[in-house]
This record gives sequence, C-alpha cells and structure tokens, in this order.
Amino acid sequence: MKMPSSTRRRFIGGLLGSASFWLYSDHKVWADALVAGNASPYAPRFFNQEEWRFLNAACERIYPTDAHGPGARGLGAPEFIDRQMDTAYGRGELWYMSGPFVTAPANLGYQLSLPPRDVYRQGIAAADAYTRAHHDGLSFADLEATEQTAVLKEFEHSDMALGAVPAHLLFEQLRQNTLEGVFSDPLYGGNKGLAGWTLLGFPGARADFMDWVNQEGAAYPFGPVSISGETA
Amino acid sequence: MTTKKTDAIVIGAGWAGSILAKELTEAGLSVTILERGEDRATAVEGDYPTSIDELRGAIRHRLFQNLSQSTVTIRNTIDQTAVPYRRLAAFLPGEGVGGAGLHWSGVHFRVAPDDLALRTNVVARYGKSFIPEGMNLQDYDVTYEELEPFFDKAEKVFGTSGEPYTIKGKVAGTGNPFAPDRSDAFPLPAMRDVYSASLFKKAAANVGYHPYSLPAANASAQYTNPYGVQMGPCNFCGYCSGYDCYMYSKASPNVNILPALRQDPKFTLITKAHVLKVDLDSDGKKATGVTYLDLRTNQQVQLQADLVIISAFQFHNVHLMLLSGIGEPYDPVKNTGTIGRNFVYQTITTSRAWLPSKQYTNLFVGAGGAGVAIDDFNSMNFDHGPLGFVGGSPVWVNQAGVKPIAAAIGGPGGKAPTWGEGYKDAMVETYRHSLTIDAHGSNMAYRDIYLDLDPTYKNAYGQPLLRMTFTWKDNDIRMNQYVVSKIEPIMKEMGATRYALGQLHANDVFDTRRYQTTHLGGGAVMGADPKTSAINRYLQSWDVSNVFVIGASAFPQGMGYNPTGMVAALAYWAAYHIRTTYLKNPGPMVQA
Ligand SMILES: Cc1cc2nc3c(=O)[nH]c(=O)nc-3n(C[C@H](O)[C@H](O)[C@H](O)COP(=O)(O)OP(=O)(O)OC[C@H]3O[C@@H](n4cnc5c(N)ncnc54)[C@H](O)[C@@H]3O)c2cc1C
Ligand code: SF4
Repeated sequence: MKMPSSTRRRFIGGLLGSASFWLYSDHKVWADALVAGNASPYAPRFFNQEEWRFLNAACERIYPTDAHGPGARGLGAPEFIDRQMDTAYGRGELWYMSGPFVTAPANLGYQLSLPPRDVYRQGIAAADAYTRAHHDGLSFADLEATEQTAVLKEFEHSDMALGAVPAHLLFEQLRQNTLEGVFSDPLYGGNKGLAGWTLLGFPGARADFMDWVNQEGAAYPFGPVSISGETA
Repeated sequence: MTTKKTDAIVIGAGWAGSILAKELTEAGLSVTILERGEDRATAVEGDYPTSIDELRGAIRHRLFQNLSQSTVTIRNTIDQTAVPYRRLAAFLPGEGVGGAGLHWSGVHFRVAPDDLALRTNVVARYGKSFIPEGMNLQDYDVTYEELEPFFDKAEKVFGTSGEPYTIKGKVAGTGNPFAPDRSDAFPLPAMRDVYSASLFKKAAANVGYHPYSLPAANASAQYTNPYGVQMGPCNFCGYCSGYDCYMYSKASPNVNILPALRQDPKFTLITKAHVLKVDLDSDGKKATGVTYLDLRTNQQVQLQADLVIISAFQFHNVHLMLLSGIGEPYDPVKNTGTIGRNFVYQTITTSRAWLPSKQYTNLFVGAGGAGVAIDDFNSMNFDHGPLGFVGGSPVWVNQAGVKPIAAAIGGPGGKAPTWGEGYKDAMVETYRHSLTIDAHGSNMAYRDIYLDLDPTYKNAYGQPLLRMTFTWKDNDIRMNQYVVSKIEPIMKEMGATRYALGQLHANDVFDTRRYQTTHLGGGAVMGADPKTSAINRYLQSWDVSNVFVIGASAFPQGMGYNPTGMVAALAYWAAYHIRTTYLKNPGPMVQA
C-alpha cells in the first residue's frame, strides 16, 4: 500500500474538512496541495500510455472538477481503476465465465466473455479509433471537455461495437469504476484526502452511531475517517 | 473414493442447517455438516476496521457465492433460451459457514397467519373464480398455532428486538396490530427508530395507517441466548447487509448457534465440502448418504448416514433434489411432478422522498433489521374484492445504512443526471436529505414459472446448472402498483419537497441486473397433496422419507414478509417432529 507523506496529507485533510473550503476557495490551492502531496505521479501498471490518457479524461468527465471540489482525477479514480485490473475482479474471476456465450435480451444481464481488463483494452482502443475517425484525427483525450462529454453521452445510449464491447457497456464500466474510485476507502488508491466522502457527508469507517440514531434531522457533525485512521 | 459414516448429514451451514444440526445433536445423534465454502468467524470476517470496507464487502461481494464455480441460468419465458447469471446482481446467495445468515440484514418476521392457508382463505372470501388462470395458489398445511412455539424459540435464539401487540390474547404493547398473537414478549425491546423511520411513523399514523417498529434480529441491548452465547448492543453502524457484524449484535448462525454446537463432540463441521448429490438405495426410496467433493483435495468422498437434511438455501435445495433424483421433476407442459414447481420470489420497489434542506436524514445511520412499517396492505389485511388481485406488501422505511459507492452508482434518483455536470449537486441533496420507502411484497406461483436443470450450462464440477424460468405477472404488478399508490399520501404528510414513486409497470420483465431481494422461495414446497407438493407438513420428502428439505424452498407462495423468521420456525418445527416422532419410528410421517 502506498501512502503519501503524512504531514502533507494532514494539511490537505484539514483543508478538505470544511465544506465551505470547496465552495469558496480558489481551486488552485487544493489542486497544488494534492499534486504536492503526491510528489511522484502514479505510474499505471495495467494501462498503456494511450489508454491511461483516455481513462484520465473519461473519469474526469464522469465526475468532473467543479465548485464542489476535485474531480475523479484529483481523487485518484484512474489509479484506483488501474490497481483494480490486477485483482480477481479485474480478471473476471468472480464471474461465471464458461460458454457458450450468446446474445440475449439486455435484462438477462452481462453475456460477454470479457473480464473488465479486456472490456477496457478492447473498448478504449476502439473508442479512440472512433473519435479519430469522427473528430479530425483526435484521440478522445485531445478533445475539448464538452466534446468528450458529448462522445460519452453517445456511448451511454449506443449499441455501437467498440471492439467486441457495446459502447453502452464500456460507458457503464467506466461510470461504475470511476464512482467506486471516488467513494471507496483510500486504501484502494482513490478518494484522495477522503474528499469523495466529505462531499456526501459520509463518515467513513466511524461505524458507531449510538448517539445519532435520531437527532431530529440535525446534520451528523463529524468528518470521515478511513480504515487506516486518516481523517479529513 | 473414501467412505465414512455418521447418523445425520446436514448440507449447508446456514440458518436452516445450523438449527437442524443443533437439534439433532441435542437428540443424541452424531451430526456432520457439509459446507461448500470456507469456515467463517466474526472475529475474522467482522474485524474492525477492516470489515468496514464497502468496496470489498457489498461491492466485490466478499462474503457471497463465487459464481465462477456455480451459478444458475435464467430466462423469462418457456420459449426462451436461458443464459447464465454471470455476475451477482438481482439476488445474492451466501457461501461459507453461516451462509447468507452471516451477511443478511436481520428483519425478523413471523408469518401473517392468513398466508399459511392463502388458497383456502381467498376461496372462502372471494370464491374460486377469483384466482387467476395459471396461478398455483396453495396452502402450507400447517397453522400459525402449530408454529407459534417455534417462532418464539427462534426469536429467543436470535435475540430479536421488537414491540409486541398482543401476548396470550391481551394487548401488551404498541406493536403491529395485524401481527398474530404471541405466547411471550420479544426477548429484547424494539430497536430505536432512526430519524427517517420516526418521520414515517408519525406521517403514516396521521394518514390513518398502523405503523410499528420492525422486529429485528439486531440486538437493542446486551443479550445471552438459550444456548449461552452473547450478543452486544447494536450501535447502528449500518454494516449489516453484506457484512459480518463487528459488534456481535446481528444474529447469525456463526454468533448465535455455532459457538455452542462446535463444543459438542457429536458434531463435525467439514468445510470446502461441496455436496454433489444425495445417494439413494437401489429402489430410490431411501437415502444412504451423500457424495461430496472435497474442494481441498479434489477427491470425491461418500459419507453414509441414516438421515439427510438438505438445507443448502432455497434454490440449491431444489438443485440437489433434481441432481439426486429425489421426487419427480416438475413438467409445466404436462403439469406433472413437483420438484421445481411453484418457484417464487418477491416484488420490491423503492420510492424516494426529499426533505427540506434543513433536515438531514444521515442515511449511513441505521441497522439492517430496524425501521418502521405498516401492514395495512399486507396479506389479507385489506379487501381484495374490488381490486381483483391476490397478495399484498408491507410498506416501510428500513434505513439499513446507505453507503456511498452503492448510493453513487444508483444515482441521485428522480430525473437527475447519473454522472457529469449536475450530478454532484443532485447526489449531495439525495444523500443528505432524502429517504426511501419500500413496498416489499408477495409474489404468487404460476404454472409456467419454475425450476429445472439447464440443458447446456454446467458448474465447475460438470453438473448441469439449475435453470430459472421467471418473470413478473399481471396479478403481482397490479398488487405492487396499488400498494405504492398508498405511499404517496405518507410522503406528502412527511413534508417531502418532492418524491419519486418506484413501481412495477405492466409487462415488466424480471431484470437480473438490479438487486431486488435474496428472498427466493418455493420449488420444493410443503403441502397436503403429494401431487402438488414435494414435502409434507414436517418438511419430509414424500418420496424419500429419510430426507428432510428445510428452507424457503418450502413456501408455496412468496410472502410479503422477509423469509428467515419463517425458515427458522419451520426448521425448529421439523426438528421437533423428527426428534419426537421420526427418530422413534423412521418412515413417512404422513401417509401419501
Ligand atoms: C444481503 C441480504 C440481506 C438479507 N436480509 C434479510 C432480512 O433482513 N430478513 C430476512 O428474513 N432474510 C434476509 N435475507 C435472506 C436470508 O439470508 C436467508 O433467508 C437465509 O440466510 C436462508 O437460510 P438458509 O439456511 O436457507 O440458507 P443459507 O443461509 O444461504 O445457507 C445455505 C448454506 O448452504 C451451503 N451450500 C449450498 N449448496 C451446497 C452444496 N452443494 N454443498 C455444501 N454446501 C452447500 C451454502 O454455501 C450456504 O452456506 C437476506 C439475504 C441477503 C443476501
Ligand atoms: S447496524 Fe448493528 S447489527 Fe448491524 S452491523 Fe452494525 S452494529 Fe451490527
């Protein structure tokens, strides 16, 4: 498990703790702080450089940086996804993967032979090929943010094949994994500074609400704690 | 192949199996539980803080069945080709010691007495023609009065928290006025109502319904059960459903039964033992034991026994019967056979209300079994005559602890975006200021909804997978819509700024991609007639009398209540009759 410098971490954590910080402070402050906290940028182990650029851009569009605070990139969602690829989940070992694989009505669920690793490998290459063909030779990551969003919206509702992956399946894989990265314990590489939890007001691993069963609608007052004891 | 011998074999170490194993060792038998999964102990699986991990727990399904080894196939109608249920979603079967009883939520009901004789009651009140064509409405052939002592026993073992209505015919509390009479109070007082549930309680009462705090197998106080094992008070951490409770507050076989059982020298637990089939003698009338695969050595082992208890969870029970040739497989075309017949589920839909921004619902606070419900539209508690459907739903706020990944993937609800611009604003409002109300209802049995063996797909051990043919039917869809319409006035009365009603729609098909419940039922149902039931009123196979089949597989209909209270009561009921009658004179307890 990789942990950023703890003092820096606490400093950022302190900043993140106040909700108003996200709403009113200059974004550059936390952006710099997060970058400084993560002195060496994460080097992906599964995704190649082209895929990594796609993934970073797509995650950020799904969960963008805005007045509420950092987006998926700042929170480490791409790192989270890269690390997940080398787990039983990423390899499809938690799923029934015996054939025959046939097409069936959508309501009967996932019927591809591809584990998440291959959904990304095939899907991203084809998605980039698609934008190059339709957007002046540009890869997805090189499009303007609004164009990226438009492409993702198209994928979200399309059966178009990206490799062997229907576009809507690649999109949903991205959406789910991005949100997992934003909202899971930082143990897995995402939710940096616990900022995903802070946004929602989720207190993390506190797991003791004896005094908060019913406070007549008052907001729970304590910030999140992670499994490793990090606070925000 | 190795061969060994024991008095009784119990297949599966979940609730049903643990109860039977406890009772049979008490009766002096040597008992072996064969469990396909790993051993599990709360000290390990519930270790704080590492167990407080949504990604590993509920999202990556740490404690659930690993489908890579075995799953089911599913189709909606008889003319379709079934395809494998490849990823866990709609329902979440358990695996490992404790079964789904380790990671359940803890809503702990008895039964609505009318549901036990639903056919008789519907015919008596509305006439035979009220039953839609193709609906296999049936009675259990057991009464509430007969089961009452066993409901009482199960609650005492589970350390159930609840508020009674009547005890021995006298009003004794402010519990559910539709609940049947009790011989004794709950072992623990009701769980406190979280804020959302307290709002629902007030609003439901104001609009004329009869709200009550849910009976919960979450301990509202320190408790020692009749087996001498201890539970600590629940702190509303919200990590029931999908997790092992680190506070030892949620009832599980692991906390409430197995610590006592493990000390008994007559008891043996073999884990990583996947039962392939029950072995029968040459004329197929008696079980001689079982064959299991030792998953550690990959060797097949034959274990002989006088008595075999199939308690492997609802659909695994049916699967094992079909693989073993116990009883006649159901044929929906000829309408013959019973194994796989009356496969049922439950209807569940969730509606959401948003409160003003000064009111925080703190959705992460909660306990799996706690909340507030109304039974005004459950079972036969209302007049179905003008409505023209059979069945009903309790309606409740069961804030079991909503965690952020599930909430984020589910999205903010209503018409809000599920990603990108505007998503965060909507998520914040939903997570901080909304609450949900469920209609958790019955599902009737139909001639063309059933279980059998799949012709194509196999498990990792080369056996055919179980095939589910299942979809929603008009009767149940209309029931759900009617009950959901009763939620609207409650939401208005709660002061919701807006709300979104969730309901089934005409012609909706069963969607395997969305979690509904793990309350599957039927397929090996109990009853009085061997032509329409697989087991008799004592849960004994009509065909192989030294096999008992315990679980929700015995339910002829899917009921509005959660099943485990009923499963546990039936387990104690069957065990009582095995102990007092069967063991003295083994053989069929009811003449076919
Ligand atoms: C998330 C969740 C929440 C739930 N919440 C509630 C609730 O609030 N209230 C309620 O009433 N119910 C609830 N349930 C349902 C409840 O868990 C089940 O009704 C209950 O556990 C059933 O008990 P059982 O003994 O029949 O099966 P299980 O507890 O599932 O035990 C069956 C055991 O058999 C083993 N097995 C299966 N096949 C084989 C084989 N071939 N060889 C060897 N072993 C085998 C399995 O591995 C398993 O351990 C919930 C379920 C889930 C998943
Ligand atoms: S809410 Fe209560 S019963 Fe559930 S896991 Fe937490 S402490 Fe245990």
